[in-house]
Amino acid sequence: MPGFNFDNYQRNNFLASKGYPIPKATSTGTTIVGCRFDGGVVIAADTRATEGDIVADKNCEKLHRISPTIWCAGAGTAADCEFVTQLMSSTLELHALSTGRKPRVVTCLTLLKQHLFKYQGHVGAYLIVAGVDPTGPRLFSIHAHGSTDVGYYLSLGSGSMAAMAVLETKWKQSLTKDEAMSLCAEAIEAGIWNDLGSGSNVDMCVMEVDKPAVLYRNYRTPNERSIKEKSYKFPRGTTAILKEKVWPVVDAVPFDIFEETIIREGDKMEIDS
Amino acid sequence: MDHMPENWGRPRSDVYGVYNPAIHNAGPTTHTQQPSITGTSVIAIKYNKGVMLAADNLASYGSLARFTDQERLIKVGKETVVGFSGDVSDMQYLELLLERLIIEDNYDQDGHNLRAPHIYEYLSRVMYNRRSKIDPLWNAILVAGKKDDGSPFLAYVDLLGVTYSAPTIATGFGAYLAVPLLRKIASDDGDEKMITEQQARAALDECMKVLFYRDARSLDKYSVATVTTDGEVTIEQNVRCKDMSWRFADHIRGYGTQTM
Repeated sequence: MPGFNFDNYQRNNFLASKGYPIPKATSTGTTIVGCRFDGGVVIAADTRATEGDIVADKNCEKLHRISPTIWCAGAGTAADCEFVTQLMSSTLELHALSTGRKPRVVTCLTLLKQHLFKYQGHVGAYLIVAGVDPTGPRLFSIHAHGSTDVGYYLSLGSGSMAAMAVLETKWKQSLTKDEAMSLCAEAIEAGIWNDLGSGSNVDMCVMEVDKPAVLYRNYRTPNERSIKEKSYKFPRGTTAILKEKVWPVVDAVPFDIFEETIIREGDKMEIDS
Repeated sequence: MDHMPENWGRPRSDVYGVYNPAIHNAGPTTHTQQPSITGTSVIAIKYNKGVMLAADNLASYGSLARFTDQERLIKVGKETVVGFSGDVSDMQYLELLLERLIIEDNYDQDGHNLRAPHIYEYLSRVMYNRRSKIDPLWNAILVAGKKDDGSPFLAYVDLLGVTYSAPTIATGFGAYLAVPLLRKIASDDGDEKMITEQQARAALDECMKVLFYRDARSLDKYSVATVTTDGEVTIEQNVRCKDMSWRFADHIRGYGTQTM
């Protein structure tokens, strides 16, 4: 039967009334940005993942690869961003093989928005999708309910306003690659310092026309932990040893007696008999 | 014997109407309001010779841009400026209170005048007391001036009675959009000694531009107030956002796949 299936709506309402509401998903609390420049597009993100008020991961990766030249930054529910992105990556690759053409950003955009709209915002993925394809450099943003926007500079996440303040001040029409990179890094840093949901490092990905995309993991690390003042290791002997027994579990063999087996072409596994 | 209090010694229902049982579930008396006519962000930064504030001239009625000539930066006494955001009628009431405060302080004719820290203390007491009566004055206020020792003074107080002091402060949307920009030039106490008046003014102008871009309840016409440590107060009015960037939107079509 065509159309949306709302069977679970009734069930969920009933469960909620009985004291089992829909669990609140954890979100990343993020600053992500994207910026077009002459001959390409660059995206950047912070690296803090939060579970409520706790920092769950100090150096998580919010930049996802959809295709070699199409990358995506994700804000909102971390798992939703990761999985919807991987789903698109697989779908796009199959689609590209089918069409015989390099995948396009607008294809990814349409696939994503149709998927997210179908789930009426319950898949909490807020994404900045960017890349280069045969039509040139592209930059878009998508919200969990399925709306999309086009722009030369965009920001999303809890730190989006801090980042946008920097982008609105320093963006101009003709940016070089290096200018765009430092603009994006500065915008993410505004989120890192001024937004509590964002922090740690800056990740960046530069997608330039006719060049392979370059991922700069930890492009900036302005929050490195300082050297601990002393070593807190307990010296041997702090805990008294009362008894010692050794069970030999494996026969240790010296390194140089290993046998080498070389697999030649003809010895490969038979796949089709 | 009738055990139901609702039925004791009551006037006749056919004469005085049926008893309203809602009185049992009434709860405490409350006055918490919704603001009606409101002003948006006020932003401020300390610099080497004083403090500078800016606030736009818009008084909104929800989503209607109702009054575009509303001055929200007020000179109080000789050496202090107070900036208001939030409900405009509560702002006008506070203006009245401050006027009375200054007049009554003048009775003494003892050569002393109320300065920013004193006006701030008075305002924060009023705000906190009103919140404690669950009847707040729906504002967020910045008080700027100089301390008795001559150094610049800048502090914040709001409808909850929260008080806060820093080299850069902004109310409303300014907290999200302006503060990150202002903190780039003054992040810690003492940084203001390195900022000139021109730098402070340039920073505020830039922030007001960003606020006009991204705050849906803002205006591009605003006032800038400067309070120096020499005790001079200037309020420049009818300043407009300049060199704004809107043209690039010409090239943007649709929301994804549209080409024309």
